Amino acid sequence: MEKGTLKIKSGLARMLKGGVIMDVTSVEQAKIAEEAGAVSVMALERIPADIRATGGVARMTDPEIISKIMEAVSIPVMAKARIGHFAEAQILESIGIDYIDESEVLTPADEKYHINKWNFKVPFVCGATNLGEALRRIGEGAAMIRTKGEAGTGDVIEAVKHMRSIKDEIVKVASLPGEELMTISKEMGAPYDLVVYVHENKNLPVVNFSAGGISTPADAAMIMQLGADGIFVGSGIFKSENPSKMAQAIVEATTHYNNPEVLARVSRGLGNPMRGTAVSALSKEEVISNRGW
Amino acid sequence: MGSIVAGVLSLQGAFEEHVNKLKECGISAVEVRFPEQLEKIDGLIIPGGESTTINKLLEKYKFKDNLDKFNRKHKPIFGTCAGLILLAKNIEGEDKGLGYIDIEVRRNAYGRQADSFEEPLDLSLDRGENGGKFESVFIRAPKIISAGKGVAILARYNEDMVLARENNVMVCAFHPELTDDLRIHKYFINMMKNYKGEN
Repeated sequence: MEKGTLKIKSGLARMLKGGVIMDVTSVEQAKIAEEAGAVSVMALERIPADIRATGGVARMTDPEIISKIMEAVSIPVMAKARIGHFAEAQILESIGIDYIDESEVLTPADEKYHINKWNFKVPFVCGATNLGEALRRIGEGAAMIRTKGEAGTGDVIEAVKHMRSIKDEIVKVASLPGEELMTISKEMGAPYDLVVYVHENKNLPVVNFSAGGISTPADAAMIMQLGADGIFVGSGIFKSENPSKMAQAIVEATTHYNNPEVLARVSRGLGNPMRGTAVSALSKEEVISNRGW
Repeated sequence: MGSIVAGVLSLQGAFEEHVNKLKECGISAVEVRFPEQLEKIDGLIIPGGESTTINKLLEKYKFKDNLDKFNRKHKPIFGTCAGLILLAKNIEGEDKGLGYIDIEVRRNAYGRQADSFEEPLDLSLDRGENGGKFESVFIRAPKIISAGKGVAILARYNEDMVLARENNVMVCAFHPELTDDLRIHKYFINMMKNYKGEN
């Protein structure tokens, strides 16, 4: 019997496909998310919009909060560790978390290196804004990728940009003649064997979800049509006027992303989505999607 | 006899992986998102995913009556992991499942993700290819804790029943759609061919 293999780690992410992973900060919210049809919850102390608003150093959530959420729901539970903070990841692994998000939403702990994720049995998801970054994270052992978007803004523009960028680059790598792969690997800063994988399979070796700014059923449908395998919704649910209704609507929109009639029906009467902040109004220091190396 | 069309329930989960396996076997496969689509297919795969999510969507989109009809016609149904849970007669500590196969199941019986595992298993399919080990991937897998007399056990992990069939319904606790081995999918395709040949 083998445990912690890449097939097992990336296999769980495959079971989450076509689903919505929701940020929650309490047992009560976790239950609302599960009841609404979330495939997994991300246990957090503060959702990204509040991390933005309150500032300070954002760290791993108190294991007490995470454990209570793990006990309250039967769906898998994820939690965030800071970029490079392998000790936070060790703690999360030891309490039996199902997935670790090495996340730019928290304050990075290492300015040069990400966590060596091969050292862990628990699978990791990591953010990426382009193909090179995605393949570097997979090279470090990530079993799932999520495009970063711009967390806590409620503005989908960066999520769209990052998904398009990864998809476009995959098409490009797939179309290159073999002799160009080493040079593109060097230019993208991506492991050569993974560039070859993308060239041969026209896809990443792991699933690619979308995150950062998705806050309505229409946002979910758009990003799924652009080729996301599933979505993360952070602030978009519990910063909306009616979280339970919004959560259910986004779940349905993610399943029926190609069906405008269903999308119209589930978009009716949801109340106000999160107010949000336009990414174009953020100062350079406020942008978090450029964290990660 | 026309060509076989298989359906894969595509509300959530690893449906694309099953569709790809069926296509590798040369079978046309459609993604099923609405109950009316069941009338046009010769067999249905319910994939792995989150059983609570899939179940909520089944209810919301009113699949129950059409699925019952599908099962009453003895059309082949194959459930992997979450699909196994949904097809079971009893789910320990919860409401009843669809009840198309006489088994009781325990969700997440092997533990959380850290306890997920790979194991080569022997198959004992009553026809088809049994030769060689089948690389089996168990992810937060359910366990069949009891089975009725009519249920044939096609594979075991230690003492646990992990691949089982009763009449038109087959269930699997692991994920044949995540490996390159097509034997279990081919077995299911045979079930569809036999059904179509007899009806």
